[in-house]
Amino acid sequence: MAIFVDENTKVIYQGLTGRQGSYYGGLNKEYGTQVVAGTHPKKAGTDVDGVPIYASVAEAVEATGATASCIFIPAPGVKDAVMEAAEGGIEFIVAITEGVPAHDEAWFYNKLKRDFPNVQLLGPNCPGIISPGKCNIGITAGHIAKPGGPVGIVSRSGTLTYQALYELQQKDIGVTTCVGIGGDPVPGTSFIDCLAAFEADPETKAIMMIGEIGGSAEEEAAEFIKHNVTKPVSSYVAGVTAPPGKKMGHAGAIVSGGKGTADAKMEALRDAGVKVGQNPTEAGELMAEIVASL
Amino acid sequence: MDLFEYQGKQFFAQYGMPISAGEVAFTVDEALAAAERLGTPVMVKSQVLAGGRGKLGGIKFAADMDAVREHAGNILGLDIKGHIVKRLWIEKASDIAEEYYMSFTLDRSAKKHLGMLSAEGGMDIEEVAASTPEKISKIWVDPVDGLTDELAAQWVDEANLNPQAREGAIEIAKQLYTAYTEGDADLCEINPLILTPEGKVHVLDSKVTLDGNSEFRHPDYQQYDETQTRDEREEAAHAKGLQYVGLDGSVGVIANGAGLAMSTLDVINQVGGSPANFLDIGGGANADVMSGALEVINDDPNVKAIFINIFGGITRGEEVANGILEAMKRVKIDSPIVIRLDGTNAEEGRAILAPELDDMLMMETTMLDAARKASELAAG
Repeated sequence: MAIFVDENTKVIYQGLTGRQGSYYGGLNKEYGTQVVAGTHPKKAGTDVDGVPIYASVAEAVEATGATASCIFIPAPGVKDAVMEAAEGGIEFIVAITEGVPAHDEAWFYNKLKRDFPNVQLLGPNCPGIISPGKCNIGITAGHIAKPGGPVGIVSRSGTLTYQALYELQQKDIGVTTCVGIGGDPVPGTSFIDCLAAFEADPETKAIMMIGEIGGSAEEEAAEFIKHNVTKPVSSYVAGVTAPPGKKMGHAGAIVSGGKGTADAKMEALRDAGVKVGQNPTEAGELMAEIVASL
Repeated sequence: MDLFEYQGKQFFAQYGMPISAGEVAFTVDEALAAAERLGTPVMVKSQVLAGGRGKLGGIKFAADMDAVREHAGNILGLDIKGHIVKRLWIEKASDIAEEYYMSFTLDRSAKKHLGMLSAEGGMDIEEVAASTPEKISKIWVDPVDGLTDELAAQWVDEANLNPQAREGAIEIAKQLYTAYTEGDADLCEINPLILTPEGKVHVLDSKVTLDGNSEFRHPDYQQYDETQTRDEREEAAHAKGLQYVGLDGSVGVIANGAGLAMSTLDVINQVGGSPANFLDIGGGANADVMSGALEVINDDPNVKAIFINIFGGITRGEEVANGILEAMKRVKIDSPIVIRLDGTNAEEGRAILAPELDDMLMMETTMLDAARKASELAAG
């Protein structure tokens, strides 16, 4: 089993006709993902490498029975694209696009919670989700992940997600699902959403969590782990040595006023029984020890 | 993007908020001319992107023209927390009866907008929050609903302001929320918001941070980008579209992805080195991007060794290796480079680099070994 997406998940690509959308949509399809449709208001009836284009998400859902969508629309259109997907009947929305204004994110996060409580949004500004061997939605290189399990991965950072997948693959450890939640201020899916899903997934036996400085998502996750997660967790938090007040690329990666530091996050995680590595390699080694003792 | 006080006030004024008349001045003569037009008494206020200006002598009251000359002369060129004062804001002085604090920002945990209002304004709000949190009235606004009249009134009533200030504060609360949301701000703060002896509520200071991601719907924000204070290298990197933050160490860092770049700094510190910078070149690692990154790093006189840390995802190892070699032909590098190349087609990439290796271009297979090597080289 996997969480959120598997081999039966049918996916619509919003923005499949664009440069990014057609490239990654093509790679996802090659990987084995059920890429069933794309959308473009003016290109209905055409296709991208055999994938039919519909005018709207609602029409694409009607025709294909898709339950997931992947958004490669430029930032100004993401707010409308997310709402179009939810209104069109999509249950799992993956928004890859970076550079979405924080006010848009705050707005559609709350709008979905209120009017579409069953819709799960992942992102924006995330690498996507991969259930190795089954389904890959987004920009993760599929071949760096070993299918099977027993590890579930959740990460706030793109390249560190790849690093984590790769560390495990090098140690011949499989992954059930790897979720990149993204580093933006208002991520649609949180660490806690993923931890809860991994806890409920019988094939996931251990969880690897990659955090980052800024905000309090890791501290909240630690609190959740303490009370609700029985499976072993290993972790790494990037930015131990980042100077305060400096913005490190991601909108989320900023430390202010002593809050959101890597040390505070690692302490909270250790306190929740999580094995914390000082770098990604060490977190991978800790996970290998956990897997060996399962 | 952080705005200067006067830019923040002009931003607020667009939403109808009451600010004092004032003018920008870059020289003492301009300050005098501004004071002449405004009429004394005036405030002479340094414009730097740093807090605590008042305590450091960056804000002075000038009763007459002689005082304007004296204060403008002293404040221009003043060093406020590493920021040299280059511009002043000369503003008509206000009589103050009471000082309040009001702000809106995003509460990332609650995923709602957080409004904070306190009758204890004028000082560091973080101190108030730490010592007497009960003196801050907080509201969480659902972005879908916005700030309703009822919520604004309730918020102001809970803050126990002087009853004279009630109506004015409610009005400004609504205007501030509109400025914050319609203006795509990360932070809109007024400290102090004052009550004058005549019973008027008035904006006396501003702290505004705008969301750079919203520029597509605010083309006028370009003007603020031009007044951002960056050091020279940050400016050069920004012009090349690179995410760069200058630090004070000796190991220059180039990595792909913000997380990996931060992680690279961590690892360098762990092995006893000290990073000279944070530099994220993003997903690709082609020759253009790599040359730009190497130029920026090479221009830093503190850099004694360079650590290029690339994890290939979609970008393949061969492309990365060729990009690095091509970039090295274009840029004359003064410091030895240590490369760690991993991920997709790393073997192929390393094979391309192998024949080029010497004492100026080295390769290690793991992040830790590469960090050690680069730190040793930097230490000499």
